Amino acid sequence: MSDMSFVRTEMLPEKEPPANSVGVIGWARANLFDGVVNSALTLLSLAFIYYVLSGLLPWVFQSVWNASSLTECREIMEATWASTHGHACWAVINDRWLQLLYGFYPPYPATPDVVFGATEGALPAYFRPNLAFVLLLLAIAPVLFTKVPRQLLIVTAAYPFLMPWLMWGGSIWGPLMAAAGFGIGYLAYRILAPIAGELVAIIAAIAVPVIWWLFLAGSVAAGLESVISISIPEVESRKFGGFMLSILIGVVAIGASLPIGIFLALGRQSDLMILKALCVGFIEFIRGVPLITLLFVASVLLNIFLPPGTEFDIILRVLIMVTLFAAAYMAEVIRGGLAALPKGQYEGADSLGLNYWQAQRLIIMPQALKISIPGIVSTFIGIFKDTTLVSIIGLLDPLGLSNAIRADSAWNGIYWELFAFIAFLFFIFCFGMSRYSMYLERKLHTGHK
Amino acid sequence: MTTLTDPPKESFRLSMLIYDTRYRSLTIQAVAMIGFMLLAAWLINNTMVNLNTLGKQPEFGFLMEPASYDINQRLLEYSSRDTHLRASFLGLLNTLLVALLGCITATIIGVFVGVLRLSKNWIVAKIMTVYVEMFRNVPVLLWIVLAMAILIESLPAPRAFRGETPSATMNLFDTVAVTNRGVYVPEPLFSNSLGNIHLFGTSSMRFDISLDLMLILAVVVASIFGIRAVNAQAKRIQESTGDRPNTLWKNLAIFFVPLIVVLYALGFHLGYPALKGFNFQGGTHLRNSLIALWLALSLYTAAFIAEIVRGGIMAISHGQTEAANALGLRPGKTMRLVILPQALRVIIPPMISNYLNLTKNSSLAIAVGYMDITGTLGGITMNQTGRELECVLMLMACYLIISLSISAVMNWYNNRVKLVER
Repeated sequence: MSDMSFVRTEMLPEKEPPANSVGVIGWARANLFDGVVNSALTLLSLAFIYYVLSGLLPWVFQSVWNASSLTECREIMEATWASTHGHACWAVINDRWLQLLYGFYPPYPATPDVVFGATEGALPAYFRPNLAFVLLLLAIAPVLFTKVPRQLLIVTAAYPFLMPWLMWGGSIWGPLMAAAGFGIGYLAYRILAPIAGELVAIIAAIAVPVIWWLFLAGSVAAGLESVISISIPEVESRKFGGFMLSILIGVVAIGASLPIGIFLALGRQSDLMILKALCVGFIEFIRGVPLITLLFVASVLLNIFLPPGTEFDIILRVLIMVTLFAAAYMAEVIRGGLAALPKGQYEGADSLGLNYWQAQRLIIMPQALKISIPGIVSTFIGIFKDTTLVSIIGLLDPLGLSNAIRADSAWNGIYWELFAFIAFLFFIFCFGMSRYSMYLERKLHTGHK
Repeated sequence: MTTLTDPPKESFRLSMLIYDTRYRSLTIQAVAMIGFMLLAAWLINNTMVNLNTLGKQPEFGFLMEPASYDINQRLLEYSSRDTHLRASFLGLLNTLLVALLGCITATIIGVFVGVLRLSKNWIVAKIMTVYVEMFRNVPVLLWIVLAMAILIESLPAPRAFRGETPSATMNLFDTVAVTNRGVYVPEPLFSNSLGNIHLFGTSSMRFDISLDLMLILAVVVASIFGIRAVNAQAKRIQESTGDRPNTLWKNLAIFFVPLIVVLYALGFHLGYPALKGFNFQGGTHLRNSLIALWLALSLYTAAFIAEIVRGGIMAISHGQTEAANALGLRPGKTMRLVILPQALRVIIPPMISNYLNLTKNSSLAIAVGYMDITGTLGGITMNQTGRELECVLMLMACYLIISLSISAVMNWYNNRVKLVER
């Protein structure tokens, strides 16, 4: 045979794909100009975006930052751009941003009568709330990210006692003695467990700290304070405000509602009829009424429900009601997670011989919580947004302050700038939370797709 | 005769209450019950003692006292000489009004945005994403207060409509006036009115039902039944002969001819708002507070509904569409007969819970001064009479009744559409 071959022995070189199906053009053809209707929609959208941005960008960036009143702002605008329209007056934020962030919290609580910046302290202004915020970040970092050193969990454990002390001030012994209650409970359990049996030890571990907190902690703290006085100036609750207040209420309600919600959800799913009825009643009642009515309860009724003479701090009352509110919603979210688990998981736990709490801790809860992460985080976001409702009962959260600022004669008539600033800060927090939940979902997605 | 396999005779010991799982649950429940009763007793006792000290025994007589405050946006007639009960009743109607309006607009906007978020057009999908994230991540109270501020500060005052060269003009062929005191829209009037039925005499719950509206409603309902009969007949013909007669014109005639006849007989005409003196007269006046609340609640809830709609449509697997195509269904019919019925099962329960949220969020009306039940019963009435306990309890009861009835509807629907497997 001849060695002539009609079969190509080497591959042809790859050709470039047609220019209009790759790159920017290809993408635009596929996603923007795919047919007449789509092209029309794209052009319409582009026109809309141009319209919005052409109004928004000059408004945001060609703006007045230094003025002491809206009138002055308008004069500057008139002088600079010959028009008062289409230019923002950020001077209001410049003028009041400390108030929007901290309310009337004194920058140097050592001299409580001085409200704004009259004296220089040894420490930077707003040292205490800022430190509390930094510690908050340190405390939640190990909870949120596994790569953070585990030692930081100590900060997490100390935070619930450290934060109130930093914010409200007073003697360090109060929070320390409150923390000591947990240590005492643990000690009681360790001592009694070998002697009197598991059950007695558990009961003692609950009862002894309660007795300690109710009857002993206060006097011991007072005694210690008189011996070794470590205290910082106190700040009254009515001085709290701004985003500090929103974050305070949000963090406490979020932190406390998750454990309460888990127990409520377990109660609702349990076979114990009375327990279940109590949990269902509580959850449905709280979910059936708006938060504002619960805040009315906090502001006018809670003192009626408590023993005569009990004087309760308004922020503490609000914290209690918001936490209960959040817990009911959390319970429903977690119940959804529990109900979504296949029955085999419960049966598997039973067949391993685990008791109820072991099964919950090792098998059920990790999976149920994982399923309910999106719901839990959107409940968190909802709670954080709902903290603005406290402005209705007269607390000075950012919205309450915005009303006060708009009522001020200097800034009467301003609204876009103020609300844009507040909305922007809320957006950052809430959007951050929702992105974190997506990250967590991806990270925990260990099952099959 | 006893054998070794017989179980030992049961004897009840006290420790079994704790260690025996059969009795432990009883023990736990008894302890929980006692704890709950003690807590409740403690709270009630405290309340009694405190109220005694304050000299305010719980009683509801204050509801019959004159309210002596005004409700500017109202559905029924009311004067400040009416009782607190009447004011609360009007507040409740206002709550239901804004909730209903809000649910309708939120659904329309939400479905629109949700579908467009799934659009193949990248830029449209992104715009809708921005809308959803913007509204979901900012508190609703801020949107309400902002909407109110915009309406008050940026709209023209009624006097801007006056003069030879007014700086503001009415919209929609001079029928709608948008001012900073609210929006004036045309109102329906009947020159040969049949009058009203007065229910409940002169009590606080008195209620006027317009016979004109009742008649129109009756005609519309009858027309709908007529249309259904026509359609049923068309279906019978289609099933027996294979040809479906065209029913469009017949249906349109059945719907519109009686309606127009009745409207003509009643002397239906629109009353337009007109500038008289310092303000607009005539027409229906929608106050800023209602519009701000309605707008903000609709836009806010629409963002959530959009996500639900998107999720519901995405939850239907692509195989369903392909199977429908394989059967030869057109895209429109695929959507109507295959996708939507399945998507609705996923969409409706969370949608209803969002309606519930909207209703509860409408209590924020108090921030803009819209007189809903929170503004009347939980606001001015509570502050005037000092009856905090009674007012807050009644307020909660109202919202609970609304919530529980909506939940009941939801459960009924869920049970109806539940997939029955195995």
